[in-house]
Amino acid sequence: MSRGKHSARLLSIFAILTLLMTGCEEPAKTVFDPKGSAGESQLDLIMLSIYIMIFVFVVVMAIFFYVLIRYRQKPGDNSIPKQIEGSMKLELLWIVIPIILLAILAVPTLSTTFSLAEEAPDNGDALRVKVTAHQYWWEFEYPDLGIKTAQELHIPTNEKVYLELTSDDVIHSFWVPELAGKQDLNPGKTNTMWLDAKEPGTYAGRCAELCGASHALMNFEVVAEDRSDFDQWVAERKNPSSEPQTAEQKAGKEVFTQNCMSCHAIDGTKMKTKGDKGPNLTGFAKRNKVAGLMENNDENLEKWLKHPDQIKPGTYMPSFDYLNKKDMNNLKEYLRSLE
Amino acid sequence: MATIVTIIVFILFLGAILTGGYNKELMARFRSHWLWDWITTVDHKKIGILYALGGGFFFIFGGIEALLMRMQLFYPNNDFIVGRTFNELLSMHGTTMIFFVAMPLLFALMNVAVPLQIGARDVAFPFLNALGFWLFFAGGLLMNLSWLFGNAPDAGWTNYVPIAANEYSAGTGIDYYVLGLQISGIGTLIGGINFLVTIINMRAPGMSFLRMPLFTWTSFVASALILFGFPPLTAGLFLIMFERLFGANFFDVAAGGNPIIWQHLFWIFGHPEVYIVILPAFGVMSEVISTFSKKRLFGYTSMVFATILIGFLGFMVWAHHMFTVGMGPVANSIFAIATMAIAVPTGIKVFNWLFTMWGGKIRFTTAMLYAVGFIPTFVMGGVTGVMLASPPADYQYHDSYFVVAHFHYVLIGGTVFGVLAGLYYWWPKMFGYTLNEKIGKWNFWLFFIGFHMTFFIQHFIGLFGMPRRVFTYQPEDGLTLINQISTYGAFLMAVASILLVVNIVYSYRHRVPAGNDPWDGRTLEWTISSPAPFYNFAQLPRVRALDAFWHEKMNGRKEMEPAEPLGPIHMPNDTHLPFVMTLGFFVSGLGFVFRSNEVGVLGLIIVILTMFVRSFEKDHGYHVETDEIEKTEKGANA
Repeated sequence: MSRGKHSARLLSIFAILTLLMTGCEEPAKTVFDPKGSAGESQLDLIMLSIYIMIFVFVVVMAIFFYVLIRYRQKPGDNSIPKQIEGSMKLELLWIVIPIILLAILAVPTLSTTFSLAEEAPDNGDALRVKVTAHQYWWEFEYPDLGIKTAQELHIPTNEKVYLELTSDDVIHSFWVPELAGKQDLNPGKTNTMWLDAKEPGTYAGRCAELCGASHALMNFEVVAEDRSDFDQWVAERKNPSSEPQTAEQKAGKEVFTQNCMSCHAIDGTKMKTKGDKGPNLTGFAKRNKVAGLMENNDENLEKWLKHPDQIKPGTYMPSFDYLNKKDMNNLKEYLRSLE
Repeated sequence: MATIVTIIVFILFLGAILTGGYNKELMARFRSHWLWDWITTVDHKKIGILYALGGGFFFIFGGIEALLMRMQLFYPNNDFIVGRTFNELLSMHGTTMIFFVAMPLLFALMNVAVPLQIGARDVAFPFLNALGFWLFFAGGLLMNLSWLFGNAPDAGWTNYVPIAANEYSAGTGIDYYVLGLQISGIGTLIGGINFLVTIINMRAPGMSFLRMPLFTWTSFVASALILFGFPPLTAGLFLIMFERLFGANFFDVAAGGNPIIWQHLFWIFGHPEVYIVILPAFGVMSEVISTFSKKRLFGYTSMVFATILIGFLGFMVWAHHMFTVGMGPVANSIFAIATMAIAVPTGIKVFNWLFTMWGGKIRFTTAMLYAVGFIPTFVMGGVTGVMLASPPADYQYHDSYFVVAHFHYVLIGGTVFGVLAGLYYWWPKMFGYTLNEKIGKWNFWLFFIGFHMTFFIQHFIGLFGMPRRVFTYQPEDGLTLINQISTYGAFLMAVASILLVVNIVYSYRHRVPAGNDPWDGRTLEWTISSPAPFYNFAQLPRVRALDAFWHEKMNGRKEMEPAEPLGPIHMPNDTHLPFVMTLGFFVSGLGFVFRSNEVGVLGLIIVILTMFVRSFEKDHGYHVETDEIEKTEKGANA
């Protein structure tokens, strides 16, 4: 554990204690408790700058309160204070000291800026993920593994994962506070960043650049697993069980091909087309969230299918309120069987 | 058909005006109305008051928008105002507060104080001064009309493309933003040039550059920033206008355009803009702190050079708003270092203020309270600014509530505190009576506490993972309580703002003449009566030192020594042309918003006709005769 992380823990514990005393909750995703090395190096810089700035603030405040208390005009005192033009020595002092403080901050700033900009090695060993942002969902493609998924970015722990970020429509920004800072996804341009996770877990991600009506709801998750679990996930994704088993599921697949197929793809089963306007739904049953937002259960799935626009204003997903009850149930059965 | 009708109506109007075939009695009644006096005024003091009224008017809108947003964020997954409407609120709040509140309020103070501080009788171009005000007001009005006519701009005050393009922002919302800002931008540019020329050319005898009060200096540098900063915005707005109205493809990737160009153009303007709104506030603080400490400004020369340096560096750092755009580590590093460098001249200012108070006799008037409260608040905004300058750390802060907290500390803790200090300080010079000090102190403390309550906690909201410009958060994020605290603070600030209005009304009802020099002032504006006579100085004063009035007082004189004999004073005539020209721009803007190019062009024709009339009009102003001056002076001193 790095120095910065340690003191940040103290700071965040302090902050949380303050909140607890007021009878409240713990923030779920905080920059102060990073779970990856990119986040750690960023926190180191944040803490270094906070220390320098607290020092500056304390010095200013000490002079400030001293002056305010000491030099108040006393009642009845109408004397004229000495008019001082300035002091070369003092003024040089507050030019030189800030320059030194800034230099202390500038050196690690530059080295971290360059280390975070590291690109994927050419040898092809590193895991690369192509991230494409859409209004209001995330597409994750593993070009070396031949997998396409959405809303959940699966990564192995303790490995640097190199992201290639681009957008399909407007500008978005990729942010997982606990793992790494942001990088914008611009249409027509590919940015790169890397991140890693030191512990297995699910880390919340957000879109951080205003991207339209449902910007606030363009959430995603990074699921970090041990290498073996990750390999198993890859194997499952490559060989998904997408064939319907029961009669209901079979009927559900029929509903899917009639209503959903032109936008959504499901790998591992025979379909006429594989739509790519919406998220790839392979292995949908194993996802934590519906629409990247609500817990993945039957009720929420139906809510989403019936009135997506009420959940994510401005989404391109049309309403499937017109499906009759039986079709809706069959469709849900089929979707919830995709593993 | 509509086109023909508009053209016929227009020709009828024109014919009526040119042939004098209008109702002369009605016109005479118009002209004798007090409103006509304000519409046609070219007096910088009245224009200053108009700017203050305009800024206050739009502040109501911007403030209500802020409160509505804070109400929506009171609960997680609240459904009070969601989706596009919330985006409209945040866009209009930001745009309104920057362009139609902060800028006009500072222009108000500049108009009221700068000509008086340099011993001038008016600004260099009184006509342009009036035009600048009316254009600002028309632009603001045009943009706020969007609430009535369908939809408001919804792409943030930064208006990034592609979300500002037709494809992603349907309707006319963004058009109001583009044309409103374009019109008010012309006004601002005119105002900036006007102040540059005024300060260079119209200083009283003996008022050398290094004897100018610091508020005049900061206004001067801010005006220079306007001159160089606004053209990139104008260019960018033209590109968006052509893209939205006429189908150009400057930013469309599919057609070979590049959306990041807009970000560069916007921030090449946008960062100097930050200094345009903070530097005059620095100037106010310097005046207020010096006056109420009874000491000359510590390190005046270094303050002046720090101001110039901040203005200069302000143009070198725009890309620090774009660290996450993907410019690469080299560009990020260069802009990081340039940004950190600005901390040095800013630090000089803060320590000079502290040492101005050191050894002084501090009087805690409301104006001084705002100046004193400004120091810790602005230092906090400044240090978070340095923290943001570090790109890797910024990857975490960027577009989160941390940034929201930072720039509100600078814009409220800096600009708004500065404006309020300036209003309390110059109010007697504007209206002849002081604002009530007791209500003033309540006003300060409520505003100060409310402000910190709202925004200090937002640093943590950001570091706990809440992006900015979101209309909601999830219950499991654990952000509910801190968002609620922030909302309570916002309402406290609203109460404080209402108290300011109460104070204005109360002080007006219980007004007592303040006299020429209520604060034991140091600069020239305190040598003349309150409110200042319309010609300002009966005789131009001879300036012998920095803090000219103080210098005379310390040498046992009660008044400035005149630099000229009493004689007739040349004054400009009032004119209605700026208002008419603005009307032309307004009609044009509205026409283009509604995609009716004929009306748009028609408006521009009105503008050009008015320019033509102005150019060939014989208007040499008039002279105030000596006996009238003597009478006015006697009346003011009686």
